[in-house]
Amino acid sequence: MTEWLVDSGLGLALLLLAAATLYAPRLYTSVVFFMGFGLLMAIVWARLGAADLALAEAAIGAGLTGVLLMGALREHPPRTERAPRPRSLLWAALLPLAVLPLLVEAILPLSGGAQPLPAQVDAQLAYSGVSHPVTAVLLNFRSWDTLLELLVVLFALLGTRQLALSSRHPHPPWPLLLAWCRWLAPLAFLLGAYLLWRGAKAPGGAFQAGALWASAIVMLRLNGLLPTVSWRDWRLRLPALLGVTVFVLLAVATWLWGAGWLVWPPGAAKALILLVELAASVGIAITLALLVMGEDRELRP
Amino acid sequence: MAEWLWWLSWPFLVGGVFFFIAGSIGILRFDDAYSRLHALTKADTLGLGLVVLGLGLQRGDVRQFGVMLLIWLLVIASGATACQLLARYEREQEDARTSADD
Repeated sequence: MTEWLVDSGLGLALLLLAAATLYAPRLYTSVVFFMGFGLLMAIVWARLGAADLALAEAAIGAGLTGVLLMGALREHPPRTERAPRPRSLLWAALLPLAVLPLLVEAILPLSGGAQPLPAQVDAQLAYSGVSHPVTAVLLNFRSWDTLLELLVVLFALLGTRQLALSSRHPHPPWPLLLAWCRWLAPLAFLLGAYLLWRGAKAPGGAFQAGALWASAIVMLRLNGLLPTVSWRDWRLRLPALLGVTVFVLLAVATWLWGAGWLVWPPGAAKALILLVELAASVGIAITLALLVMGEDRELRP
Repeated sequence: MAEWLWWLSWPFLVGGVFFFIAGSIGILRFDDAYSRLHALTKADTLGLGLVVLGLGLQRGDVRQFGVMLLIWLLVIASGATACQLLARYEREQEDARTSADD
């Protein structure tokens, strides 16, 4: 009964926050609601037992996306305050209704008891090189999906660069903020490394570690403790591309000399997964940091 | 194990929840930014600390309790810093407003 109350309360709060995000009178309020939505979503994932997703959602969905939206709002303040028109409200209501049957169709089998997939994963887990099923799926059984996800993040960065944001003039930081940042940023790097290492046997991994590292970089940059970060700098572009590069090289190698595209040889699986995870988290960290902070002053000579 | 630990935990948990609720009401009802910050940080530090103590007593697991204590310390530090920063920002804004009025 208590569990049911907590879960339905969480679900209701999520719906309310989503509606508030869409229909808040000011965009700034919408952004704040959106960050609250991300945090609550993380709690929901944790309640569902998906700690990996909860970590990623809290770090990327609430944290970094929030900074990104706040930055976008400051660079391009809305010219007029928005008032939802009846027609847009109608479309906003129709679209979810069209998607609803698909969602129901996807979720309905879950109520029918045990699913075949977890058993299949468990049966193959011993050959995957890691002992955490989520990591085994992400970096061995379905590593192709993960490679494409890395590409999505990279494409997002390339897309954002086309928008040519104007250069920023950060507020000179207060000493207190600097002192706090000098404590917090190393802690974020340490926690990221821990999450990366833990990923082999417990929730954690490249995306969570990368997001934490990115937040540390963003924090240091916002306080002026790092020089300007820019895509044009090859010393940044190289690590940003590291994850995808290592992944693709390994894929080609396994395709040419191994059992097939992205099929890790069982003996070397752990080492290969560790290599991919390490490269991917460096790539994700730099890409996300550039996505949020990237000062593309150079786009306007 | 000890039944009395379980009973002992409840005053802490209820106290923690009380501070969270009082803090939330404070954010909604107080007039100026400083009072709201006061309400917010009180919920963060005292409320969370009491909840952590209560949960630690209930579970009786030293390692879990240690991890929760560390998280509490991090929240205290970040809450106190954020509160100071927001208050300073508010004061700067007030100074700017008064100098604009002169």
